Amino acid sequence: MTSKYEITAGFLPLLDSALLVVAREKGFAEDLHIDLTLVRERSWATIRDRLAVSHFDVAHILAPMPIACNLGLTAPAPRMIVPMALGLGGNAVTVSGDLWHQMATSGAVPDLNARSSGNALQRVINQRKPKRLRFGVVHPYSGHNYELRYWLYASGIDPDEDIDISILPPPDMAAALASGLIDGYCAGEPWNTLGVMRSSGHLATVKAAIWRSSPEKVLGVNSRWSESHPEALGALLQALYMASLWCADSRNHVELASLLATPAYVDRPADSMLPALIGLLHVGGSKTSGVSDFFVPNAKAATFPWKSHALWFYTQMVRWDQVRHTEEHKQIANDTYRPDIYRGALKALDVAMPAASSKVEGALKIETPVGSSGALTLGPDGFFDGGLFDPDDVDGYIESQARR
Amino acid sequence: MVLKHSSLNVLVIDENSIRASIIEVGLREAGYDHVTIIDDMNGLARRITEINPDVIVIDIENPNRDMLESIFQISRAVKRPIAMFVDKSDEASIEAAVEAGVSAYIVDGLKQERVRPILKMAISRFNAFARLNRELEETRSELENRKVIDRAKGLLMRSRGMTEDEAYALLRRTAMNQNRKIIEIAQSLITAASLLDPGSDT
Repeated sequence: MTSKYEITAGFLPLLDSALLVVAREKGFAEDLHIDLTLVRERSWATIRDRLAVSHFDVAHILAPMPIACNLGLTAPAPRMIVPMALGLGGNAVTVSGDLWHQMATSGAVPDLNARSSGNALQRVINQRKPKRLRFGVVHPYSGHNYELRYWLYASGIDPDEDIDISILPPPDMAAALASGLIDGYCAGEPWNTLGVMRSSGHLATVKAAIWRSSPEKVLGVNSRWSESHPEALGALLQALYMASLWCADSRNHVELASLLATPAYVDRPADSMLPALIGLLHVGGSKTSGVSDFFVPNAKAATFPWKSHALWFYTQMVRWDQVRHTEEHKQIANDTYRPDIYRGALKALDVAMPAASSKVEGALKIETPVGSSGALTLGPDGFFDGGLFDPDDVDGYIESQARR
Repeated sequence: MVLKHSSLNVLVIDENSIRASIIEVGLREAGYDHVTIIDDMNGLARRITEINPDVIVIDIENPNRDMLESIFQISRAVKRPIAMFVDKSDEASIEAAVEAGVSAYIVDGLKQERVRPILKMAISRFNAFARLNRELEETRSELENRKVIDRAKGLLMRSRGMTEDEAYALLRRTAMNQNRKIIEIAQSLITAASLLDPGSDT
């Protein structure tokens, strides 16, 4: 078969590169006449740089990062758009065996509950003062950084005053934990499972417990490329959607784990990939805990690029002093995510679409049917502290989170 | 000119210590006297604070780049370095740098003209290093090939009583007739011989 489109995509070795990997390896890209080349990188900075100079047309990227690029917070920055998300959830907070022991003494139980483990951590931190704990996250403009900070602050811990947060590459997290360089970290999979299996770490909580059904990685696209290659982009979105269906099918989880384990992709054992896929996590101390929606590749509109997700990330950039809040900045964040392109591309596949492109985050307490066809359900999607984010009241949300 | 350069404090971060040295030598030859190399990533953040560089040159494949950029954002201890190329006119330079596998950061406010030669130097040295590696790789595989051809010649000399020159001539002729490379003919000859007589030449 001759391919009509040649697309080069960058990715980092993480479980949620799955949609791109599967689009290539299971033939979904080829079916749509796409010759999809995947290039593994070792830092988000390099993904960004290579997008900027058009070595990559698209990339697996942290959901807030294209917004940060468009806001000029990082350079050299390509102008970017986000026409699709690459799943929901997938992260966890891992702490050292020693810290977990102290948290357990202060009332934490190994059920991944964000409320109880956050309260326990807060008590431990108070007892240790003025000695600070150190946590690692993967990038300043990452879901990891924002959800860790959200969890800490809502648990009575000031992430800037009470602990130190530093940036580390995910593959180094477990070693840093074992050597005592850090006391905990928030990262994607398989790096938490490996931290538990190999570095006697312990899961404190998971992204799905802090904010259920929340955004994590997206497809970042160089906007110049998307403008000159609309058909190629449309075909790629279709291939990725087919891949998301394949990833979501539990009959494929073992094969997917083996596929991701190969040297070209994540290059770690398949048994470190499987817990996140089946939603049964090694918590630590040979205990396991079930989190049914730990990583969601397709259900709950998991690939839809919600404007409300973009705006929530924007509010967190403002909250943690990364950018000043102005109407113009807000608009840039809003315009980065492109549900219009998603809708246009997937119309041909007859995919059930949400009626709106924005929603009140945290409002759905139960699974709720949405959209015209009724085939789509969303939620539950709550923040662990009961918070609500109304994208029509960004100012109010920012004001409510202002630190005094 | 040499005097003007020497005031800049340049830091080279590269896990490949040979490549780092090559850049260091180049920078010193060009008159930059304050050059520091870090090839061990342990305690990188602390060391950058101590060195307080005006210019940082880093291997683009270094997984610590995200950490590095975050230090620039938050640290008040370090002068604030920013990405070297911020204006659109520099697109070609960015491309050349990324192509060569190198990235650079300069302290905000420093005139780009003053530091552009440093990146130019780094790019050309990175490229030279890559070329050297490629040539080394080619030499290595050439040596491998020669060994295979020698074995094939040996086979022909033993089995058909040929001289070394005759054996080589036969390999070459066969390759030309079949429009293939000598190494391919030699390889298939060895494979065939080992299949026919597993004890003989394996």
